[in-house]
Amino acid sequence: MKRYSVFAIAKEALSHHMGWERAWASPLPKKSYDVIIVGAGGHGLATAFYLGKNYGITNVAVIEKGWLGGGNTGRNTTIIRSNYLQDPSAAIYEKARSLYETMSQDLNYNVMFSPRGLLMLAQTHHEIRGYQRTAHANALQGVSTEWISPQRVKELVPIISLDGPRYPVLGALYQARGGTARHDAVAWGYARACSAMGMDIIQQCEVTGVTSEGGAVTGVNTSKGFIGCKKLGVVVAGHSGQVADMAGFRLPVEAVALQALVSEPIKPCMDVVVMANTVHGYMSQSDKGEMVIGGGTDGFNNFTQRGSFHHIEETLRALIETFPMISRLKMLRQWGGIVDMTGDRSPIISKTPLGNCFINCGWGTGGFKAIPGSGWAMAELVAKGEPGPLAEAFNMWRFKEGQFIDESVAAGVAH
Amino acid sequence: MLILECPYCGVKAEETELSPGYEAHLKRFGPGSSDTEFEDYMFARKNPKGVHFERWRHVYGCGKWFLAARDTATLEVFGTYAAQSSAPPAALQDKIKAKRPDWKGYK
Repeated sequence: MKRYSVFAIAKEALSHHMGWERAWASPLPKKSYDVIIVGAGGHGLATAFYLGKNYGITNVAVIEKGWLGGGNTGRNTTIIRSNYLQDPSAAIYEKARSLYETMSQDLNYNVMFSPRGLLMLAQTHHEIRGYQRTAHANALQGVSTEWISPQRVKELVPIISLDGPRYPVLGALYQARGGTARHDAVAWGYARACSAMGMDIIQQCEVTGVTSEGGAVTGVNTSKGFIGCKKLGVVVAGHSGQVADMAGFRLPVEAVALQALVSEPIKPCMDVVVMANTVHGYMSQSDKGEMVIGGGTDGFNNFTQRGSFHHIEETLRALIETFPMISRLKMLRQWGGIVDMTGDRSPIISKTPLGNCFINCGWGTGGFKAIPGSGWAMAELVAKGEPGPLAEAFNMWRFKEGQFIDESVAAGVAH
Repeated sequence: MLILECPYCGVKAEETELSPGYEAHLKRFGPGSSDTEFEDYMFARKNPKGVHFERWRHVYGCGKWFLAARDTATLEVFGTYAAQSSAPPAALQDKIKAKRPDWKGYK
């Protein structure tokens, strides 16, 4: 792998930038690998990366039915935060957020991490109590957040209307080191680093079956033939239930559509991320100037990557009260992703009934922000066969035992 | 936009008039059941990519719960039927089978 740097740009300029090598190789699958990761989204690629970096396991294939990062990794609103209430959530999301801080350097790939600050608006008295409680919990967890007044909110977000007729802004939970990153670059950066370690990233390769013998996985049948493995990691988000079904176990997961949309680009007007959870909308401004907007999930099982139109209307109607200026904006495009929701709205990073098969799913609406932490924890689980401190609480048997991680919402918003 | 016909009042309602209620025909377990049975009832879901039987409520209409058969991969609605059914009606199952020959059947 040739390192990217200012000197590399200068050198390549001499040959009119025709000499850049491919960022990652596209090999044919080998007969077998030590570890196969199913799913080349952010979480799958991060798992492979930390398997190599932290545990020296590089005989790894990451197989993907579509193209790299073409699922939810390329469909989210790129928000990064770790202001969660429960200890296990705060731990893994803060690990992820801290890894984002140095990701561009670690991967030698600019993921444009922008810790621009993130606000969660309190618009009811119930929310004031809730967020003040979260701020105290975060202080104990070592996550840096603070409760701020409406006046401070106005200073941070001049375009906000504090006294909306239905839901005035009564304060906010502020995480100064929360922010955004370039979502595609996260997948591309991990893919390039994995490829450089000698891992095979195999796209357009759909898993059609999981073969097992005596309670252990022996390999996967794919559209490019059978590939053997000593360990299998399933990191496929929306289609987790389908792959689990092939492996012969069930998951407490349902797939629903979550939508996002962007406006036409406008001049810089908001340099923080704002979430309004009572009315259920969140917004940030991309580097291109588009307002990036997200809202709620549809309430029915859906695999079509498109959502219901009325949810867009609800989201915008809600945000217009708090941001009156966006009422004149045209919306450029809208899209949907299939998110895997668990019973307690917290993820699963777990062993499975098959001894050498591990699953990472259930991130629901909060997956992008967790990518490096999730990969870090999943790599530990796959490498050691046992979960480390980050993953322990997220086992899939918690539903049987009643030990829920009751965020009730992975996104911290009301579903 | 989904359009489902309420089997009670006969109104062809679009989804803003309805409220979804996830998987239908769950077998209920309560006190006296095993942990696995209770977990399955509470959390395990079929979540198929394809034919799905599910509950809906005609919330801004007659207010009643009913059941529907729908394809989660195409959003095609096969039909709706009364909530008091313990299994999808045979005629509806035949209709789905005709449209989706690969469908493995109910259960």
